Amino acid sequence: MAVPKSALNLVSVLAGLGVWWALSVSGLDIPSPPVVLRRAIDLIGDGTLGGDVVASLRRVLAGFLLGVVAAVPVGFLMGWYPPVRALIEPWIQFFRTIPPLALIPLAIVLMGIEETPKIFVIFLASFLSCVIATLQGVVNVDRTLINAARVLGAKDHTIFARVVIPASSPFILVGMRIGLGSSWATLVAAELIAAQQGLGYRMQSAQLYYDLPTIFVGLISIGVLGLLMDRLLLICERRLTSWQETR
Amino acid sequence: MISLRHVRKVFPLKNEEFVALGDVSLEIRDNEFVTVVGPSGCGKTTLMNILAGLETPTSGQALVDGAPVRGPGPDRGVIFQQYALFPWLTVRKNVEFGLREKGVPSAERKRIADHFIELVGLERFADALPKTLSGGMKQRVAIARAYAVNPSILLMDEPFGAVDALTRVRLQEQLLDTWDQEKRTVLFITHDVDEAVFLANRVIVMAARPGRIAEIVDVALPYPRTEEVRLSPEFAALRNRVWSAVHHQESLA
Repeated sequence: MAVPKSALNLVSVLAGLGVWWALSVSGLDIPSPPVVLRRAIDLIGDGTLGGDVVASLRRVLAGFLLGVVAAVPVGFLMGWYPPVRALIEPWIQFFRTIPPLALIPLAIVLMGIEETPKIFVIFLASFLSCVIATLQGVVNVDRTLINAARVLGAKDHTIFARVVIPASSPFILVGMRIGLGSSWATLVAAELIAAQQGLGYRMQSAQLYYDLPTIFVGLISIGVLGLLMDRLLLICERRLTSWQETR
Repeated sequence: MISLRHVRKVFPLKNEEFVALGDVSLEIRDNEFVTVVGPSGCGKTTLMNILAGLETPTSGQALVDGAPVRGPGPDRGVIFQQYALFPWLTVRKNVEFGLREKGVPSAERKRIADHFIELVGLERFADALPKTLSGGMKQRVAIARAYAVNPSILLMDEPFGAVDALTRVRLQEQLLDTWDQEKRTVLFITHDVDEAVFLANRVIVMAARPGRIAEIVDVALPYPRTEEVRLSPEFAALRNRVWSAVHHQESLA
């Protein structure tokens, strides 16, 4: 008999918690789940966790959304006009090879230690993932669909709006999900370096006091938030691209 | 009325030229159903693309109703082998696509779309997405979509090339049925000799290297083309004639 997938997922999560618990009582120097849970309740109770989550989410969302908003038009222009692509692509390829984290020192020197450098590196991470995906999407639009629109009387701007944009939307949405992942990855590191609030900052200050439960709370919060946002985007993706033949 | 006058189309290759069409002249009367059959590389798709306005001839002229073809236009509907339906639009929205470009108001669009969806027998699938349709049904949507903008000419590039043999026969009969109700000038490209003879008033046999017209065969069989026509000795005779024209070109050249 086939076991439902969700049941297996649940079993896996519970087993993982069990292993964690077992490791903590077997003498390994990690806090047990109840200890972490109690710390989480404390941190929620005094508003620390809420404040940190808001601070981190604000940075991720600002950087991520700015990145997407900039990447989509740039990607479209690059895909549609070969000269634009030839002009911009070397820079994108170059910056893609530099991990956004490596730009943090430069960003701090140039932009100070306030929000701007953090949002900037997150922006860069999401922009780079998303721009490549959009470009691929536009380049991959089926020529026959464009011809079909042309012979039905569509002009360039309507072909763009009614064929190129919908046809490349699956690529853009995948790019957004990758961009979101790199946004989170970059955020924590950005906060580790200079922040007054945020999940990454909280974990780093906990490290100074050897406060393992708080570090665990931070890790789990980041994981859960990242997962939730990814699921949200996945739902949007399914909704918007359910017309695709292959799935 | 379609006229091709000394149309030549040359594609530059790496260090030589490929003559897709070498000096093709042809006239097609209004409401005539003409099929073009020939081996691959004989330039039949190029011929269609020139008439559709998707390609320009290297020399010579393509005229529709006396005016040279300049780019695609809604007076010439095109049906592609790969269906080319917009997968994110429902059947009805696909059929309405060209009407929207023309600025037809929404209620009128729906009425026209429904009429042509019914004409190809897909009213039950009007709100379905293309991914839920079979190949034959997709091609019928494409035919309805081309008809909806009311073109005087339909250009069809191996439209039934990707469907199975049984579906193909049904689609041929249905296409003739549609054409009978809504007469248009049709230029239908195929590599299937039976199909070419079954559908056409006139079969144009093309040859390759360079792409040219090898022979024109008049098909004086009555419409509607029923199963009896398809199985008649007259049909067989014409089919054999076209068959040899297509398959024994090397010996002619």
